[in-house]
Amino acid sequence: MADLALANPRAPKRPAARRSNFELYSWLFMRISGLILVILVLGHLLIMNILDGGVHRINWGFVAGRWASPFWQFWDLAMLWLAEIHGGNGLRTIIDDYARKDSTRFWLKILLYVSMVLILAVGTMVIFTFDPNMPAN
Amino acid sequence: MSTTASTAPEAAASDRAGASRRQGTFYRGDPGMWSWVLHRITGVLTFFFLFVHVLDTALVRVSPNTYDQVIETYKTPIVNLLEVGLVGAVLFHALNGIRVMLVDFWSKGPKLQKAMLWVIGVVWVVVMVPGAFFMLKRTVETLFGGN
Repeated sequence: MADLALANPRAPKRPAARRSNFELYSWLFMRISGLILVILVLGHLLIMNILDGGVHRINWGFVAGRWASPFWQFWDLAMLWLAEIHGGNGLRTIIDDYARKDSTRFWLKILLYVSMVLILAVGTMVIFTFDPNMPAN
Repeated sequence: MSTTASTAPEAAASDRAGASRRQGTFYRGDPGMWSWVLHRITGVLTFFFLFVHVLDTALVRVSPNTYDQVIETYKTPIVNLLEVGLVGAVLFHALNGIRVMLVDFWSKGPKLQKAMLWVIGVVWVVVMVPGAFFMLKRTVETLFGGN
């Protein structure tokens, strides 16, 4: 009887086949994407807000000039995807930490995932379909 | 008010042992806790800004005039000040993120976590002073200079 009660008390409750390393990969992703975002985002902020007049020189023509270069298109696309998933994953953790009811947690996450899909879709579409010859109005 | 079922003699004993009699359950941790709190706050603020920023940039597909009109609000004094706040928040998040990675992956990281916090504080100030200067230069000149 005692034998039975003490056998492997710390055995995982879930069967092995259903356990996943998702949280490990998410933890690793935050660090890898974070490292790349340090360069992409701080570079973006330096160029857009600080150098050469900062925000005051930004207008449609300025954006058109930058996206004429595939380098900056790729920079912005990588920044969009990495930042949105990095931030979305961070917010997922925060929802898990602070939502008290399962239903609150569920609906906040649905809202989060819908907003992530929307932002990624709109942002990607804009970078790929930008038309530099658009009339002013 | 205590939620544990401790008896009076036990409570007296813990008082004698020098335990805190402070009310509430607020944890007053070391600076590492505050860096964690700030990391969360700056992260959430940046994520919400990203949402707005992708949508305002999407206006380049509507028309040049629409985009230019909306982007003008970014050049007003109050929004310009908010941009300094955004850069400050992102810079802290980036520096503290590097610190977190050093704590995770560098053998001396955990031992030097507090020292690294002061280092990123100094780096933050050193970058933000000229950064804020160049970001606000035009706004300050327009508001207080000339005429």
